[in-house]
Amino acid sequence: MTAVPATERMPRERTVSRVWSFVKHHALTAYAILAFTYLMVPIAVVIAFSFNNPAGRFNYTWSGFTFDNWKHWDGVPGLRSAMVLSLEIAFIASLVATALGTLIALALVRYGFRGRGATNLLIFLPLSTPEIVLGASLLTLFLNNHVSKVLQLGFWTILIAHVMFCISFAVVTVKARLIGFDRHLEEAAMDLGANEWVTFQKVTLPLIAPALLASLLLCFAISIDDFVVTYFNNGPKITFPLFVWGAARVGAPPQVNVIGSVIFIVAVSVMVANVLVQMRRAKSAATA
Amino acid sequence: MSTPDVRLVDVTKRFDDVVAVDDLSLDVESGSFFALLGPSGCGKTTTLRMIGGFEQPSEGCIFLGEREVSGLPAYKRDVNTVFQSYALFPHLSVFENVAFGLRRRSVRGETLRGRVEAMLKIVGLAGMGRRKPRQLSGGQQQRVALARALVNKPQVLLLDEPLGALDLKLRKQMQLELKAIQHDVGITFIHVTHDQEEAMTMADRIAVMNDGRIEQLGTPTELYETPATAYVAGFLGVSNLIHGTVSGSDSVRLDRGPEVRVSAAALNGRTGHVAVGIRPEKIELGNGQPNALEGKIVEQAYVGVATQYIVETDCGRLTVYRQNASPGLNGASPGDRTTLSWSPDSSFVVDSMEESE
Ligand SMILES: Nc1ncnc2c1ncn2[C@@H]1O[C@H](COP(=O)(O)OP(=O)(O)OP(=O)(O)O)[C@@H](O)[C@H]1O
Ligand SMILES: [Mg+2]
Repeated sequence: MTAVPATERMPRERTVSRVWSFVKHHALTAYAILAFTYLMVPIAVVIAFSFNNPAGRFNYTWSGFTFDNWKHWDGVPGLRSAMVLSLEIAFIASLVATALGTLIALALVRYGFRGRGATNLLIFLPLSTPEIVLGASLLTLFLNNHVSKVLQLGFWTILIAHVMFCISFAVVTVKARLIGFDRHLEEAAMDLGANEWVTFQKVTLPLIAPALLASLLLCFAISIDDFVVTYFNNGPKITFPLFVWGAARVGAPPQVNVIGSVIFIVAVSVMVANVLVQMRRAKSAATA
Repeated sequence: MSTPDVRLVDVTKRFDDVVAVDDLSLDVESGSFFALLGPSGCGKTTTLRMIGGFEQPSEGCIFLGEREVSGLPAYKRDVNTVFQSYALFPHLSVFENVAFGLRRRSVRGETLRGRVEAMLKIVGLAGMGRRKPRQLSGGQQQRVALARALVNKPQVLLLDEPLGALDLKLRKQMQLELKAIQHDVGITFIHVTHDQEEAMTMADRIAVMNDGRIEQLGTPTELYETPATAYVAGFLGVSNLIHGTVSGSDSVRLDRGPEVRVSAAALNGRTGHVAVGIRPEKIELGNGQPNALEGKIVEQAYVGVATQYIVETDCGRLTVYRQNASPGLNGASPGDRTTLSWSPDSSFVVDSMEESE
């Protein structure tokens, strides 16, 4: 070991410390950019490949730009009907699940009844059970002799399954809003001559409306992309996720990317609209 | 006396094992300003909520005018409430908040607009109809709550500590305004409060509640001048209670002092151990009155209109107020020995209770 003269060591140490402080200052930014890229690249690829003009049956390598896929978005047999079915199911399921979920949440928050604790727990069960188990058990139920006599696998079984796993989300969303709800508001309405139904219509409903909207959107989003549970219970019916899965085995058409991009754009627009509305509301509250 | 507007007959309310209101009977005269006064948890809110129809009594009956309303829901009673938290509808404008009750009774169009705006004017909120409740100050919200209830011209208006959230100055102002509004509209007001000063300022009659029961019911003067129990004496203003034993039809021998005279009416046939009460402003420094006690001044405090003295006597510490009618009048100062005296007519007698002062 040779002793390094102090005069030579100093500048090197200074460089090291300068690098270190640079890293310290920019590590978070770099990490954020990396994480964001990681999240965004797959979506960017999906959108980019919706403009691809694939050479063969597979839309995996870039071979030219085209608008054809967007113009003929339903140019693949079965895609349109799958999309329509998915939208129908998602629409009805989110409505039904939100309606039922609201009633359950009201019961759980407002009334003390025997078995409330158990219900509170059971509501979370579909959230924590693996989807594959849910799907398989539902299939067992639907294939049961007694049930299958009245209910064939198909639209209704898909709908029932979707409503079932959506309800938990609806209950959780609406419950959160109800817990912060001032009961005196309802008493005030009744005091002023509104019966139970009018009170619900004029006071309760408008005040929990944001939670209902959130629940509708959440249920819609969960329903429209569900694959596992639907796969067990679809019978002859094909939803969009099932269609994509089937198509991917024989060659994914770029139209799938088109639909994917549209869903992404709609989701982002809804989010942005929501933020804008909130901001405007906050501003009007502050100025007026 | 006409039929009372509100009548409670032997009303009891139990929540599981808690008795919130205990066998309470009460008549509230039509057109009067009635106060329910008592410490926290004594059952004031519960009583009010039973009259409003938000709780049903476990036992007993409630009448509004001639009509028995026990069991009826709130929307079938001609009663309106001003909630302590105001409970304004946050999603509706001030106008729509006030119009809520009228709309339920199918008042529409110009009539509705006219009545709501007239009411907003009465409570001093003209022109604020389009605001949302959250854009108003606490005092303004309180007025909206009042307007929302009054616009329906109910038979009875219930107010649950409506001034509790306001600062002292606004509180004093609203007390007078409320009183004036009540006078103008002529509706029966039942006002819940735990502030004795507020009750005394506003009410024609006060029911002092304790532990779910009514301790005493009367005009502010009656309650102050002749409290029925040590509890009432202590709750309304400051009072000096001196323990003793009845020694004649109009005299009491103090436990650690002389015999004092009281009025026979105040004694009201009591025998045995009692407490004689004297309000601080009715005690004189000096021996100008028949009943006298020796003592030493231990504290002196200037409180504006009066000077407060704490005097140590054989019978305990007594509080004395002396009006500051003209400057430099009060010669007494801490350490001085003095004689306290009072007239038999300005004292009252209550049953002796250990929890009293
Ligand atoms: N819903 C309820 N369930 C159980 N106990 C209750 C309920 N409401 C009131 N109580 C109890 O009844 C008693 C009286 O309550 P109440 O609210 O009438 O008091 P209060 O006089 O209005 O008090 P405060 O001045 O603090 O408002 C209290 O002991 C309270 O804990
Ligand atoms: Mg109360």
